[in-house]
Amino acid sequence: MDDPVRRMAFSRRALLLGAGMAGTGALLAGRMAWLAVFEGETYQLRAQANRIQDRLIPPRRGWIVDRQGKPIAMNRPDYRLELRPAEVEDVDTTLVAIRAVLDIDLAEDARIRDDVRTQPSFMPVVVRQNLSWREFSACNVRLATLPGVTPVQSFSRFYPEADHFAHLVGYVGAPTPEQYREQKNPLLIYPGFRIGKDGIERFADKQLRGTAGSSRVEMTARGELVRELGTNADTPGDTLRLTIDRDLQDYAARRLGDNSASVIVMDCITGDVLCMVSMPAYDPNIFSRRVPARLWNALQKDDHTPLLNKSAMGLYPPGSTFKMVTTLAALEAGVDPGDTVGCSGAYRLGNNTWHCHARRGHGGVNMHRALPLSCDTYFYVMGRKVGIDAIATMARRLGLGQEYPLPLPGQAKGIVPDKAWKQRRFGKDWREGETLNGAIGQGYIVTNPLQLAVMTARLASGREVMPRLIADGPAPQFPSLGIPDAHLALVRQGMVDVVNAGYGTARAARSPIGDVLFAGKTGTAQVRRISAAERKRGVIRNEALPWKQRDHALFVAFAPADAPRYACSVIIEHGIAGGRYAAPIARDVLSFLFEPQRALAVLPPIEAEAARLRAVRQQNEAAASIASETRQMMPSWLKLDIKPPVFEIADADAPQPPREPE
Amino acid sequence: MDLLNGPWRRELARLPWGMVLIICAIAGFGLVVLYSAAGGSLNPWALKQGVRFAILLVGALALALVPPERWLGWAWPIYITLLVALVGVELAGAVRGGSQRWLDIGIMQFQPSEMMKLAIVLVLARYYQYVPKGYESRPDVLIPALALIAMPVGLVMLQPDLGTALSILFGGVVVLFLAGVRLWLFGTAAAAVAAMLPVVWSMMHDYQRKRVLIFLDPESDPRGAGYHITQSKIAIGSGGLSGKGFLNGTQSHLDYLPELHTDFAFATMAEEWGLMGGLFVIILYGLVLAWGIRTAISARSQFQRLLSLGLTATLFFYLAINMMMVMGLAPVVGIPLPLISWGGSAMMTVMILLGVVMGIARANKRGS
Repeated sequence: MDDPVRRMAFSRRALLLGAGMAGTGALLAGRMAWLAVFEGETYQLRAQANRIQDRLIPPRRGWIVDRQGKPIAMNRPDYRLELRPAEVEDVDTTLVAIRAVLDIDLAEDARIRDDVRTQPSFMPVVVRQNLSWREFSACNVRLATLPGVTPVQSFSRFYPEADHFAHLVGYVGAPTPEQYREQKNPLLIYPGFRIGKDGIERFADKQLRGTAGSSRVEMTARGELVRELGTNADTPGDTLRLTIDRDLQDYAARRLGDNSASVIVMDCITGDVLCMVSMPAYDPNIFSRRVPARLWNALQKDDHTPLLNKSAMGLYPPGSTFKMVTTLAALEAGVDPGDTVGCSGAYRLGNNTWHCHARRGHGGVNMHRALPLSCDTYFYVMGRKVGIDAIATMARRLGLGQEYPLPLPGQAKGIVPDKAWKQRRFGKDWREGETLNGAIGQGYIVTNPLQLAVMTARLASGREVMPRLIADGPAPQFPSLGIPDAHLALVRQGMVDVVNAGYGTARAARSPIGDVLFAGKTGTAQVRRISAAERKRGVIRNEALPWKQRDHALFVAFAPADAPRYACSVIIEHGIAGGRYAAPIARDVLSFLFEPQRALAVLPPIEAEAARLRAVRQQNEAAASIASETRQMMPSWLKLDIKPPVFEIADADAPQPPREPE
Repeated sequence: MDLLNGPWRRELARLPWGMVLIICAIAGFGLVVLYSAAGGSLNPWALKQGVRFAILLVGALALALVPPERWLGWAWPIYITLLVALVGVELAGAVRGGSQRWLDIGIMQFQPSEMMKLAIVLVLARYYQYVPKGYESRPDVLIPALALIAMPVGLVMLQPDLGTALSILFGGVVVLFLAGVRLWLFGTAAAAVAAMLPVVWSMMHDYQRKRVLIFLDPESDPRGAGYHITQSKIAIGSGGLSGKGFLNGTQSHLDYLPELHTDFAFATMAEEWGLMGGLFVIILYGLVLAWGIRTAISARSQFQRLLSLGLTATLFFYLAINMMMVMGLAPVVGIPLPLISWGGSAMMTVMILLGVVMGIARANKRGS
């Protein structure tokens, strides 16, 4: 019944099939050997990468403290709920789930959706910050398995003195998306992680940041933690000690009232900057969270430039505070201090007339009287005698026209003009009239308040003092300026007389403290071009002009007069007159160093007046709600990028018009 | 009646007990894998699977006592019944909406497509038993045979269940091949299929297309559908030569490996037992397949030969596709690994298959 031929044919086909099976078996065995043996290591790594996650432990940011160790920037525990759009499956259902735990009102809801839509998806979005402990624990328990939503316990930066240190210390914020794209450092997108954005926070960011720790954990595919495999603790950032005296800085900021102004106090011996205030300012506590767009706009539009650090970035003509430089240049050129120059109130050069601030003239003025009187004519003569190059050289020796190695972004360098500079800059020859203006600190010359403070410190100590902001070692020793003591003594005496002599321009700055004398120099810097028509009409009282057109008020000072220890510079933008308005501020700030109680006593009326003025200025803004507004926020990585304002300067060789007396 | 009255003690002794031992070894190893897959627990899989295997083994041994020629008589009724059932499934699905693969017949769920994998071999063996030598490739013989294959394949494709359809197709084609249909016809058919691929592509469901695409490049979708293949390769690869050790698999225990107890049981095993474990399983199955081929060659009639080797080839198809899938050589088609993967219906199919082949082996055992 069984056909042997068929049987044979079947056997052949069966063996063929068997060979196919064997071949497949060999292929499978080979493939498996390839995966497990030759590629085994790769896959072992991938299996590890699957199950083991390194979780970052963000470092705590270092504190910033003042010279006595009082905190200027510190950390406060902050519980917050964040979500990462990249990991969230569906924003709507996620928000519904969150709403079961936290109340989210409509505005907040809209803000969260805004952020989710506009930010790169790897950047965390804050759902709510400053959670109470109860809310935080509720989130931890009830939102633990919601993908992309993390309750974060972090530390937020806290600046106890708020705006008084804003420009100096800066603020912190989230890293920019670009920074993360460049560095790919996972710490940068860790929820709640902040980096320095401005001031010292930005400059010393590396030092303050510390090093992140990590913990290795084993995770299931669903993200449940199985066990912790090991921790590597974080290293908190270093504490940074500044040379600043917190109380003095506070005092100076309060004393400035509503002025747009800068005060700097330096130790003339060590160069320690004791106070560097620029007012008005912003509140870095708000900046370190999120800045409401309306507040941001208001700050940007404010003509008192609260976003600008005037102390380091502002540039002003030094005006008469520059006259010490001219004096020293004249002495170095061999001018006899006893030589008298007749001042009639006007000085003729060619067809033009340069005026002195004293309309009827000072009469015979020698070098001893020139500074206290601030006689412009005397300095016109001295300027012509020594030339602009000698003046510029002296100015640079005294620290003008340079940047200091300070942790402050955007320091202005200023201009100390000389003939070579003009040739370089404009390709033109220097003109004699420009020397006249330069000799009294007008024209091309611009300085920033910090430079004026350094200049004063150098005059007072006779040493090449450099400013220092971070107290990271023993006080440095500075070499001598190489200016003869006799010259310096003459200038210092002149500055003592400015304040203390009966004919000085800054009698308002006389020291209220019995045994301590102050010395100083006033300055009033023009900010506008005065037209021929105006000149004919005569002097317009500064008070009658709009704020923007008023002169800047300057004052530089040191104390005590006999053994200089502190140097100070005060600049009030559009402050009208140095003697009347800047000098009293310097007086009070300096007296705070000697008798704080007495100095504090002058504050109440000033602060009341400032509050009134501020209220007037802010009348147009619905001020109360701006800072707490949650809708429409600026991005959390907001960074200041402010250009200093440019004041209109009169032609550098325009003759000095008649002015109000200083 | 001769089953009860016949010399069944003697027939029992003629069963291929060595092969039963190997099958028990494979299933036993499968239980070990399921025990580990459950995180070192008999529940929910290992215990139930063990009981199921024990029952099905007894059933298979009982089937092995059925004289092979009985199957000759039952071939057509079985095939037609299943074909009707497949239509029934289709109708039930159409009535209830959505696709359906099983019929509820009171006490259990009956999946006709599963049984059809065996029935197609049975019916074609029956068909070619009476085709004389030299007539196999004639159109009037071949076309009805192809129709016998095409009907169930078409119905299963409608379900849609690509894996089972391919399995039925493979079983049918293998029987044609073994029956002696001319080789050039297979070559032509393969070429025709290649030419048809674009048409098939356009008829495929989206999820099927996606599976094919992702099979071609699993890394293109590592979090989505390619996840299965990628994680399975990681599991097998990270096992290395000797594995991570029993109960120490991370891919499986931390849930990175999906379907760790069903389709990807081989990967679960390979992670813990390494290449050694993999070769152990491959060699044991190789022995089973070799035994199947020997049984077929030494069988006494064309029907028995075609039936036993056709079934063996069906078993091979299961094994090969599943292993190729877990190793990233074939798309994810949802075919379990016989005797090792969790699941009653697949195990039942395989045990019936083995029972029938053992019956043929028993019937042809010489001597004693």
